[in-house]
Amino acid sequence: MADSASIRPAFVRPRWLTFPVAAGTLLVLFWVVVALTVQWWPIDNPVASVGMRLAPPSGAHWLGTDALGRDVVSRTLHGAQYSLPVALVVILSAVGIGATLGAISGFLGGLADAAVMRLVDITLSFPAIMLAMAVTASLGPGLWHAAIAMIIVSWPNYARLMRAQVLAVKEREHVEAAVAAGASGPRTLVAHILPLCWSPILINATMDFGQIVLLVASLSFIGLGASPPTPEWGQMISEGAQKFYQWWIAFGPGMAILSVALGFNFLGDGLRDFLDPRTQ
Amino acid sequence: MESPDAPLLEVRDLEVTFAAARGRLEAIRGVDLTVQSGETLGLVGESGCGKSVTMLAVMGLLPPSVLIRGSIRYRGMELAGRPQKELGKLRGASIGMIFQDPMTALNPVLTIGAQIAEAIRIHDATVSARAAAGRAVDMLKLVTIPYPERRALQYPHELSGGMRQRAMIAMAMANEPELLIADEPTTALDVTVQAQIIELLRRLQASHRMGLVLISHDLGIVAGSADSVAIMYAGRIVERGAVEDIFDRPRHPYTRGLLASLPKIDGQATRLTAIEGSPPSLTALPPGCAFHPRCRHAITRCTTDEPTLRDVAGAAVACHLAESIVDAASAPITTDGQPSHPNATA
Repeated sequence: MADSASIRPAFVRPRWLTFPVAAGTLLVLFWVVVALTVQWWPIDNPVASVGMRLAPPSGAHWLGTDALGRDVVSRTLHGAQYSLPVALVVILSAVGIGATLGAISGFLGGLADAAVMRLVDITLSFPAIMLAMAVTASLGPGLWHAAIAMIIVSWPNYARLMRAQVLAVKEREHVEAAVAAGASGPRTLVAHILPLCWSPILINATMDFGQIVLLVASLSFIGLGASPPTPEWGQMISEGAQKFYQWWIAFGPGMAILSVALGFNFLGDGLRDFLDPRTQ
Repeated sequence: MESPDAPLLEVRDLEVTFAAARGRLEAIRGVDLTVQSGETLGLVGESGCGKSVTMLAVMGLLPPSVLIRGSIRYRGMELAGRPQKELGKLRGASIGMIFQDPMTALNPVLTIGAQIAEAIRIHDATVSARAAAGRAVDMLKLVTIPYPERRALQYPHELSGGMRQRAMIAMAMANEPELLIADEPTTALDVTVQAQIIELLRRLQASHRMGLVLISHDLGIVAGSADSVAIMYAGRIVERGAVEDIFDRPRHPYTRGLLASLPKIDGQATRLTAIEGSPPSLTALPPGCAFHPRCRHAITRCTTDEPTLRDVAGAAVACHLAESIVDAASAPITTDGQPSHPNATA
């Protein structure tokens, strides 16, 4: 090759590695590391009073303290331990349920398709946040009840996406060739259709991750998610909102939500450019 | 059930009807075919004449909404109306199929070897994954793919078109089927590669004593490799017989038109003649013979009576005027049976 003769370039940036992708990856990576390790960090106890009430940002408490004298930075970092696992469980369940039903619906068609799609239509006819509120309220407040509600409002998107993918891939000639080679229905679906259907699901799930974090916070904000003294972001913003002049109480969790949502959006965008050759 | 003396494939009075937006679309209107072991049948016709639909019906690959009537027998065993589950056991095991476009007919996310191995293990679960992989390499060797061990681990996009079609053939041959259906196996390939693929099919057919149905719109390919030929037009067979018979003495004006539209490399250069017009819409077939609007010989009877296949000088032909056309066969063949005008412009 011509390259071997020339001087090796220091670093050639791959096409997909853009600034947003790099920023998104770093943000997501940061929060994942925080969520996994924060309990061993040498920082203040998030649920204990560690200083004066409503102290403004200082060297000791970078984002001050809240109404009970708890350190805002510590609470914000600990918040990742609640928001991220909940969002992960919600996404995995929603993709699992949605993709399975969507794939069966698209592959079989007929009555199964009609049944699943009507269920999807009914679910999507409510605004997501309203439906999530209604479900959580009927189950009773709590972080995991909120998670169930969010699974209920998010699976239909994946069902639709998967069904559309299966319908498109099903018509490809290699699927007909597999049937002509004697492959059974389930085998055709699993071995010859599904492996070509995943990329939009993956992209959508990544983008949705930020949305779910936001939704968790929203439900907690209105008192349907985590309950005090849990350092959950929405819950913290709700507390901060009552103290108008102590802006720092809401600032920490607000920035946390913003950066997680932004990070996953960037990552999703990058993933789409990477996986979808048409956008390159 | 299966009987050894029955023909390998026997299709009788096959009718295939699609439910179209505007009424019914009769894609196949009474087709009879017979393929014996070790015999090659060439199925020829323009796009949309029903060649592929006929063979998809044989394989049971048409959607359930399509109405199929008539009889399709494999070794005497009726296939029409058989449940998909039982057809699945036959497909790929006793009846293999090769598709037109090897670019799209291979699964892009599986290696060549994995796809061939899968074809083997679908029909015989007792074969271990390792043994199937070994046999996949053997199959690649059989279709003369160089470095079969390495190719087996490659994905379809890493192979050339001809190589992919060979891999398709290896897949179809993996279970040593008795009947192989090749649906335009060379249409998507370069001319030089076409010849290699056809030669490969002929060699495999001879060594395995398979029945081969070669679907093509390329008369040259059919002439060189088929034993018998069936010419299809608008969902019917218009002429059927031994390959020499059909090519030397075409009886049907449509067959003559097809032959006249072929360039010849021997003899004098003559202007190529196209068949005027285009095939009729299957939802609005003309009354009488479906070919009469494009036929220069057409008489009044052609517009009212649909001709049926009858024996004329050793081959079956569906034309009221077949006898007079055969008699005029000494003249150079053109669509209208007249010598072409030297100053004619295309």
